[in-house]
Amino acid sequence: MKFPGEEHSAVLPKYEYIEHTADLGFRAYGTSPELLFANAAEALFEVLVSLETIRPKEERIVEVEAPGFDALMVSWLNELLYLFDTEGLLLKLFEIRRIEEEYLRATVCGEFMDPARHEIRTGIKAVTYHKLYVRKNDGMWETQVIVDL
Amino acid sequence: MRTDIAVKKLDDFRWLIPKTGKMRTQGLVYTDETMLATIKKDASLEQVANVACLPGIVGRSMAMPDIHWGYGFPIGGVAAFDMENGIVSPGGVGYDINCGVRLLCSRLDAGDIKDHIPGLVNALFTNIPCGVGSRRKDLKLSARQMNDVLVKGAKWTVSCGYGSAKDCDHIEEGGCIMGANPEHVSERALNRGKNQLGTLGSGNHFVEVGFVEEIYDETVAGALSLHKGQVTVIVHTGSRGLGHQVCDDYIKLMLKASGKYKIDLPDKQLCCAPLSSKESSQYLAAMACAANFAFCNRQLIAYWVQETIQDVLQMGPGELGLSLVYDVCHNMAKIETHEVDGRQKQLCVHRKGATRAFPPQSPFIPQDYKEVGQPVLIPGDMGRYSYVLVGTDTAMKETFGSTCHGAGRLLSRHQAKKVAKGRAIVRELEDKGIYVRSAGKGTLAEEIPEAYKDVSSVVNVVHNAGIGKKVARLKPLGVIKG
Repeated sequence: MKFPGEEHSAVLPKYEYIEHTADLGFRAYGTSPELLFANAAEALFEVLVSLETIRPKEERIVEVEAPGFDALMVSWLNELLYLFDTEGLLLKLFEIRRIEEEYLRATVCGEFMDPARHEIRTGIKAVTYHKLYVRKNDGMWETQVIVDL
Repeated sequence: MRTDIAVKKLDDFRWLIPKTGKMRTQGLVYTDETMLATIKKDASLEQVANVACLPGIVGRSMAMPDIHWGYGFPIGGVAAFDMENGIVSPGGVGYDINCGVRLLCSRLDAGDIKDHIPGLVNALFTNIPCGVGSRRKDLKLSARQMNDVLVKGAKWTVSCGYGSAKDCDHIEEGGCIMGANPEHVSERALNRGKNQLGTLGSGNHFVEVGFVEEIYDETVAGALSLHKGQVTVIVHTGSRGLGHQVCDDYIKLMLKASGKYKIDLPDKQLCCAPLSSKESSQYLAAMACAANFAFCNRQLIAYWVQETIQDVLQMGPGELGLSLVYDVCHNMAKIETHEVDGRQKQLCVHRKGATRAFPPQSPFIPQDYKEVGQPVLIPGDMGRYSYVLVGTDTAMKETFGSTCHGAGRLLSRHQAKKVAKGRAIVRELEDKGIYVRSAGKGTLAEEIPEAYKDVSSVVNVVHNAGIGKKVARLKPLGVIKG
């Protein structure tokens, strides 16, 4: 499924969106936990706005702690939403500097929302724990996330 | 995980989920044959059964006809818990704490404003912050004021001159949930909320100008100051980022608490804590803060709506006569007293996507509605209609004084977009006499009328089952969406 971003040309997509009646979900993939968490963040911001319209101008360092990869994923994505909600930061580049099962530090980059250039697709209330998983299959990391719109 | 839930038909509007496995009580779903088929498609019946497994549940685990899948508890779910051995769960309230609806009525008739609708909608769109990131530049809260918002709710808004003191009489709980303690609201929640007071938000939130199209009960309508042809306004929004953050913070805390208190959960999302615990008191105190924020939010928006209409139509407040009919919450956990087995008992009633519907003579409803019952406001989709109902004795006996809250989605947002693709939604609605403006690019497509159940089928079930009584139907003329 391609909604809400543009077409994914890669053989294995970084992420894909899944159906959910009231909300929206996605699955993200990566060959390492670093890439998985970065791709999931891209999927999240693509729900809000077209990533192509974001210029990498503002940088932030994000640190989160949570009990295990599942909870870490929710905390990470909610932390990014928090930056958007409080500062109006739209993010597109996510570099995971360090990741352990209960800790993540990343450098994230984007710019402040400018209504003249950024067409917001929808708001996101929260990233939820519903049907959440982070797992490794045959060397490939995968996560599923449902967001409350 | 249960996948196939057996249901037993009790009558045309009630289906029972028999007690099996770890269920402590039965489930009861208010619906009809047609909607039941749709309900069975998602896991919401399983969620009703799961809620029935929670400790201290009193009566049945219930669901309204607009039930659909939600986080932990189904949306459209109602469950009450004993104060001594029961629990409170943030998933039983939802992310948008005190999301709710308020209805205003005016002295105008639909004919008076028909030609002004586009101008009016455009002005509302400018004056009411809607969509992601927008806010009123003239409203900035100090930390002290924010504290007042959280503790005093709509009473604070009124004391600042936004609206009249009478307004609070026509808001559920007088527009202020007692026991709010900002100490239990995180810094993050405060930060998310501080720029969002007086904003509509996105998604299904809206302000709608419409009129009374049909009256079902003249006497009750009269008591609520409603008559056919009259111009009305509906405001639908909640506690914005502040409420979402409170929910998120306390889900984390409750995940730990469930383990600490050794609560056997059929689904982790039902995470909760005993009502007698510290964690519960903290959640209820923070939830009350978010609820009060939402009351303030709707009060502010309603005030700006009034200002805008007066400005566009060039009339004074007396001539417009915009007054608050009622303001209801539909995502809350409240401590209430109900009759259980012939005795009065204090309970924590969770209503998630369900509306309180107290009957005539209830001491908790406005004095001027005492003879008719509490108004219940059921918004539909933007292209059809909304309903006004009143609470009933049957609701008090069967559902802890609760009824439905809206239409409920039928299509996922993605499906809705597919259906809407290539269509000029704004034009289609204009042809039906409804002028719409929306902030989000995708919102209109996601919110097309076909994406929702016909709210009349939902309302007919609660009316026929007796847990709500139809009073009036309202038709939209102009809508702004987030």
